[in-house]
Amino acid sequence: MKQFFAFIRKEFFHVFRDRRTLLIMFGLPVAQIVLFGFALTSEVKDITLTVIDQSHDVNSQQLVSKIKSSSYFVVSEAAPGFNDIAGAFKNGTAKCALIFPANFGSDLQHRGRAPLQIITDGSDPNTAKTVVNYLTAITTAYQQEINPGKPLPYLIIPEPRMLYNEEGNGSLNFIPGVMALVLMIVCTALTSVSVVREKELGTMEILLVSPFRPLMVLIAKAIPYLILSLLNFILILVLAVFVLNVGIKGSIVLLFLESMLFIITCLSFGLMISNTTNSQQTALLLSMMGMMIPTMIFTGFMFPLENMPGVFQVIANLVPSHWYFLIIKAVMLKGLGFKYIWKETLVLLGMTLLLLTIALKNFKTRLS
Amino acid sequence: MAEKVIVCKELTKRFGDFYAVNKISFAVNKGEIFGFLGANGAGKTTAMRILCGLSHPSSGEAQVAGYDVYRQAESIKKNIGYMSQKFSLYENLTVAENIEFFGGVYRVPAAEIQKRSDALLQKLGLTGEAKKLVGALPLGWKQKLAFSVAIFHRPRIVFLDEPTGGVDPVTRRQFWDMIYEAAASGITVFVTTHYMDEAEYCDRVTIMVDGKVEALDAPSRLKAQFNANNMDEVFYQLARGAKRSGD
Repeated sequence: MKQFFAFIRKEFFHVFRDRRTLLIMFGLPVAQIVLFGFALTSEVKDITLTVIDQSHDVNSQQLVSKIKSSSYFVVSEAAPGFNDIAGAFKNGTAKCALIFPANFGSDLQHRGRAPLQIITDGSDPNTAKTVVNYLTAITTAYQQEINPGKPLPYLIIPEPRMLYNEEGNGSLNFIPGVMALVLMIVCTALTSVSVVREKELGTMEILLVSPFRPLMVLIAKAIPYLILSLLNFILILVLAVFVLNVGIKGSIVLLFLESMLFIITCLSFGLMISNTTNSQQTALLLSMMGMMIPTMIFTGFMFPLENMPGVFQVIANLVPSHWYFLIIKAVMLKGLGFKYIWKETLVLLGMTLLLLTIALKNFKTRLS
Repeated sequence: MAEKVIVCKELTKRFGDFYAVNKISFAVNKGEIFGFLGANGAGKTTAMRILCGLSHPSSGEAQVAGYDVYRQAESIKKNIGYMSQKFSLYENLTVAENIEFFGGVYRVPAAEIQKRSDALLQKLGLTGEAKKLVGALPLGWKQKLAFSVAIFHRPRIVFLDEPTGGVDPVTRRQFWDMIYEAAASGITVFVTTHYMDEAEYCDRVTIMVDGKVEALDAPSRLKAQFNANNMDEVFYQLARGAKRSGD
């Protein structure tokens, strides 16, 4: 046991003396949270809107002022002609145009219906759709306001609700994704590099000649990274809760245990890589290819899995982080208990045992 | 008859059709400095790896410190020290931490580690550098420290694989003084080298050519046998016929 602690202590020295490792370990989660939370948001703000008001009545002006008062739009009322709209789209001074036809107000009041045209810049379809949704919402709200208390005749008003995420907080989906990604980078890449580094330096030979059992070398290597990864996991959770206002609905203990399982999955994969390679670069590259890219693509936190061809949906099932992502989403965002995620947990556990077996077996054969 | 600490009989290591080590037999006496010479690729390192338990022989017999290499590798490991041709300490640990770590791996009791490490640092003149990272030391110091760490747990045999590569002649001489001192304290030294002047320092040398032992005797007797002025000439006469070269 003393032997073992001497080893773990040494491993911690390695980590704490290597600024780059520390930076990757603790800088990365912070950077990712900030990036995903603030920069890569799907919310659209400050949309430049051109208004062509051919009616100039109370209703059109009320509606425009409503739009102005929302935080989403910057309205210019320079009222150019129709031909100028295309020009404004081309040189980027407007993202969308709102056209009130003549008699908008009197049509609305007397006939009970009035057309209103929204033109958006379709070269950016995501933004365009969002803009249309915003404007429709504002218009609907305005209609209800001028007809207080009574529903409009023959008018179907959709009232969308985003379950589990009423405010439409975009952070919710990526927090579990970032967690998977960061744990993977720390566990897989750093573990494999740390084993391979000893091979490169020649110290692995010294360790293998020593009475320290080869299996213990692997375990002792993995333990510091397990501890650091758990710290990392806590760091991400704290950032998620206090910086991005993402609440944790489920049991923290369950979340912690499931994450520990996933960390062991990643460590096993890292050890497996380190057994088959002899250079740090190869190890790093393999862990990137083997774990990070599939995580980005196949967990579903960046690209919806439902839209992928069937083959890719099948492949996604082979990626451990896919299952971890499902588990974390269920526990953290929906507050579900273990009985809803035991299947996913079982799959992840199976994968972990498989990877671990391969890693340990290879390490033994390499010695003989 | 001196006690034999290493005994090999017809030891062979085969990789496919290639005989890296081909039926070598020799015995090493306790407290002896046993030189293992050969060109690159002659099979020195492979033979040494077998004796250290890093690699399994294909056939033949070998005992190290009285233990069988096939069945008792773990017992062998407790009784040997090893220093590889690559530098074998951790550069980003301090001198003291390296000593502590290797002491711990070999299960030297903590109090004993402290005592021996103080004495060692004193002897090497490194007391002031104990808290410095090993990476910051000059190569000569590192090699001497690596050797001291390899015998820190007082093994019965220490294996040195080309320990003086890249070191200047003065340091090499000092390094050999340390080897003599270790041998005098009863540690058997098994050293591979391709510096022929170092071969002269050994009690007995083995010259390997193409995986076979071509000569084994004291340097003075080998020189007489091959009618040579120095070990260089002995080596050239034997190695000229080598078919393999390079690692």
